[in-house]
Amino acid sequence: MELLGTYNYWVYVVIMMIGFYAVIARHNLVKKVIGLGIFQTGIFLLYISMGVVRGGSAPVRGPGTPPDTLFANPLPHVLILTAIVVSLSTMAVALAIIVNIQRRYGTIEADEIHRMDREEAEAPAPSPVSAGAEEVAG
Amino acid sequence: MSFADHLPLLVLLVPLLGGVLSVFTGGGRVPWLWACSVTLLTFLGALELLSIVTTAGTRTYALGDWPAPWGIELVVDTLSAIVITLVSGIATVVTFFARRNVEKDIPADRLNFFYSLWLLAITGLLGITATGDAFNLYVLLEISSLTIYALVAMGKETDRRALPAAINYLVMGSIGASFLLIGVGYLYMATGTLNMADLHETLTLMREAEGGFNRTVLTSFAFITVGLGLKMALFPLHTWMPNAYTYAPAAVSALLAATATKVGIYMAFRFTFTVFGSDFGFLQPPNSTVLMACACGAVLFGSYVAIRQRSLARLLAYSSVAQIGYIVLGLSVLQTDAVTGSILHIVNHALMKGGLFLVVGVVAWRLGSSDLSALGGLGRRMPLTSAAFVVGGLGLIGVPGTAGFVSKWYLLSGLLSSGHWPLAVTVLIGSVLAGIYVWRVVEIIYFRPPDPRHAEVSEGPVTMLLPVWILIGLSLWFGVHSAGPVALAGEAARTLLGQGG
Repeated sequence: MELLGTYNYWVYVVIMMIGFYAVIARHNLVKKVIGLGIFQTGIFLLYISMGVVRGGSAPVRGPGTPPDTLFANPLPHVLILTAIVVSLSTMAVALAIIVNIQRRYGTIEADEIHRMDREEAEAPAPSPVSAGAEEVAG
Repeated sequence: MSFADHLPLLVLLVPLLGGVLSVFTGGGRVPWLWACSVTLLTFLGALELLSIVTTAGTRTYALGDWPAPWGIELVVDTLSAIVITLVSGIATVVTFFARRNVEKDIPADRLNFFYSLWLLAITGLLGITATGDAFNLYVLLEISSLTIYALVAMGKETDRRALPAAINYLVMGSIGASFLLIGVGYLYMATGTLNMADLHETLTLMREAEGGFNRTVLTSFAFITVGLGLKMALFPLHTWMPNAYTYAPAAVSALLAATATKVGIYMAFRFTFTVFGSDFGFLQPPNSTVLMACACGAVLFGSYVAIRQRSLARLLAYSSVAQIGYIVLGLSVLQTDAVTGSILHIVNHALMKGGLFLVVGVVAWRLGSSDLSALGGLGRRMPLTSAAFVVGGLGLIGVPGTAGFVSKWYLLSGLLSSGHWPLAVTVLIGSVLAGIYVWRVVEIIYFRPPDPRHAEVSEGPVTMLLPVWILIGLSLWFGVHSAGPVALAGEAARTLLGQGG
């Protein structure tokens, strides 16, 4: 019964792990970022569940509210609003970087990018030096 | 309230507003001049704050006049004041240095945005150090992290590899911050408060009442430790760092290496000592053994991999992995001398590594590359820059007379007097490995024949050499006149350990 009573925490853990798995297992950068989003959504659920008071109503106090009314705890909800904004900004920065990666590499697959970087580093070994020499000369 | 009472807020407000207003500074040299004056003003405020804190003790500031624990509180104790002064001081020097590198790396029409991000990143780092509220710390951490991801990505103009480095940093950094968020959430569930001092009191009371550790609190500790480990690049969670430091614009690497990781370590100190408390039993075996193993791994792995690098920036990045290991080692043994050594090393390493990354900045600006193969014979072409590298490198090894020696001395005596001699041996092995990687570079720049392609390369301009030598010179100064910093760090260490009884 206790396990069922805390089902919202189970949901939070499951959602978080799904997101975390996507971040680790996917090579596509957009999918990674989506995973990150799911991961953070799980955390929002944790905070929202935390503020619930059994039998409590929405924390709005008007002139007719009886003094012994039970309210839900509004603080975690306020906190998570901040975290939602942070998560949104993270997503925006991530997508902006991914757009740039697509422009410069022509792909958004992490393993292909890694391969291209490695080949570049191994094949023309003196290339960074000569690039530097050009810049000095120019 | 007098002006001085508002200082804890002002050191955050000045760079925050400065960062926002920087967008409107137009182009040319105006954004840079603006950023210089803002950081300088912040630094002067921080110096004043440090002198107040050292004479009058911890300063607190209730934001919006909401009393703690309901409102957000800024708390500046000795450790915070040291780190605030360090961050704002290094930010001032690096901003002054940055102009030429930034003009080369960033398109001219985006300079105002670049300096806007730059100042916001500094705001976030200062905020983390000043705040006394666990959730506020998370928010400020994300302010600094998001701006730093963008700053790293701006290296794309010179090398496209900056982009994968930035996204990798973003993913790992966000996971780290999310773990911190979860940990803070569990703490709030267990205690119902977010104020750090209040958290500590409630946790102590809970522990006495329940006669042991609450499982929620233990989970929270685990999440926070792993999250902060990711943020401060503690081995084996360091993998984002070398690439981010290597491909970021040179000025950004210097700022990051000198301040961002240090603030990460500061957070670890804050949570371990101020929130959980050193007597809470979290840092007893087996927990402390895990931390020690990570720290030793960092020292050995970082130093060893640094030896094998082909690029100077990358070599220094791996050396940072190792140096973070030393600092965490001091933290993990909970002994006053070792913690003093750790705090000293935060300051000393910031100065040395900041100076060394500025050397990379000068070299990259002159040569267009920081590859070791391009540095042959540099000692004759850029004598002052090369000499700065040698002095900074000696500091990394911990040669007597440099600041690195003083902090390692305290660290070693702390480790030995608490009976952790295997850890002390690790520190010594790490220093030997540091000697090897520093010598490798010295050998290239002094004893290899000059690279004919760089025949016209000459010494960097004074405006670049001056910041380099300010940081390197300070690290020497603290090595010789160590009494002042040691007393300050010792006081900070005693405050931290004393809080737990």
